[in-house]
Amino acid sequence: MSRIRDNYERSLWNRLTRWVNGEADPFEGKLEMEPLRESEIVGDSVYNPERLDRTKVEQYVEDMERNKEMKAFRILYSTASVALCLLLIAVLLLAVSWLPVLGDPDGPNNNEVSARYVEEGIEEFGAVNMVTNMILGYRGFDTFGETCVLFIAATCVIVLLQKKEEKIENARENDWKYEPKPDSILQKVTLLLVPIIFLYGFYIILNGHLSPGGGFSGGAVIGAGLILYVTTFGFHRTQRFFNKKVYEIVKVGALSLYSVTMIYYFYTGANQIKSMIPLGTAGDILSSGMILPINLFVGLEVACTMYAFFALFRRGGM
Amino acid sequence: MKICGKNARCRMMEVFNILLLVFLIICAISASLIKNPLLSVIVFMSYSLVMSIIWFLLESPDLAITEAAVGAGVSSILFFVTLRKLKALSEGGQREQDKR
Repeated sequence: MSRIRDNYERSLWNRLTRWVNGEADPFEGKLEMEPLRESEIVGDSVYNPERLDRTKVEQYVEDMERNKEMKAFRILYSTASVALCLLLIAVLLLAVSWLPVLGDPDGPNNNEVSARYVEEGIEEFGAVNMVTNMILGYRGFDTFGETCVLFIAATCVIVLLQKKEEKIENARENDWKYEPKPDSILQKVTLLLVPIIFLYGFYIILNGHLSPGGGFSGGAVIGAGLILYVTTFGFHRTQRFFNKKVYEIVKVGALSLYSVTMIYYFYTGANQIKSMIPLGTAGDILSSGMILPINLFVGLEVACTMYAFFALFRRGGM
Repeated sequence: MKICGKNARCRMMEVFNILLLVFLIICAISASLIKNPLLSVIVFMSYSLVMSIIWFLLESPDLAITEAAVGAGVSSILFFVTLRKLKALSEGGQREQDKR
């Protein structure tokens, strides 16, 4: 009976299940264990045997004269990494040399798809900026998915990093409490700069269909402005106008309004119904149908996400 | 980037482009080789800035704005916050904190 049990315990399957369940101890039966020694105080300094042992082991491992294996490994590691890097560069350069020449009329990138984007984009979606036509019009499905991914990413960061409000206030290891530094130059310059940054961000968002820019870049600019304000004046002052409630309302509201408009577009497009929203004159600020509001939704979403990332990493809450 | 004939202004832009690309490569290599993490992040920031100028010269200003805002702005700030949390910033900053 005991022989069978021994056989079972040594079998591959048992070891595998133990390894999967996390019960396996790789040092079992191979390593002599020593009881933990307590640290003593000798004179002024604290004698910590555990740390001393650790440094001794590290010194022993790092001793290149004796440890030939380590030396060989180091040399092999550095040569292999350099060789791999050079190989990667060579492969990439080779791939680039095979690409078609930029602006070649016979190239495979000059087909009827890009021709349609350029020729009929303004007529079909009404935005002067062709890039906006492409990303919010022809490729609206992809941009919608991207915004959803951003939303999910921010939600995951909240789930992973958020702490309870009392815990944040009482935690000793929180270093954000030493902020903001009462620096009058910084505060004055921030008061001057932040409104201009916000204005510029909203300009980029609202002019997304007329000039370069759009929801994502404008939202990133607004988020950066919010981060600047927080680092200068601290979280308590920012919470007066941008707290968790505002964040939730803006973020969920923007995404749901965005999805409603996209559902409308998908429904009308899939059923060959003509869209009811007028496109207006191309070049006006109020034109190009739903591209302007969609840009605004994307911008709010991105600005909230940027600020949320910073606040959660820094403090653990909004 | 365009291929120039004898146009002096176009030639100058070409030289400027090459300078930017060389600076980009130097930044990329040094960002990975510098030991001090703070300096490394700053070099990475300048890499993003040069990249945004190159995007602009490649006639895609949309990407240039995004690169400047996200690459040089927000991502570097997140790097700084992470370094601060890991207490990997320079000695001077930590001593300043201990005094308070």
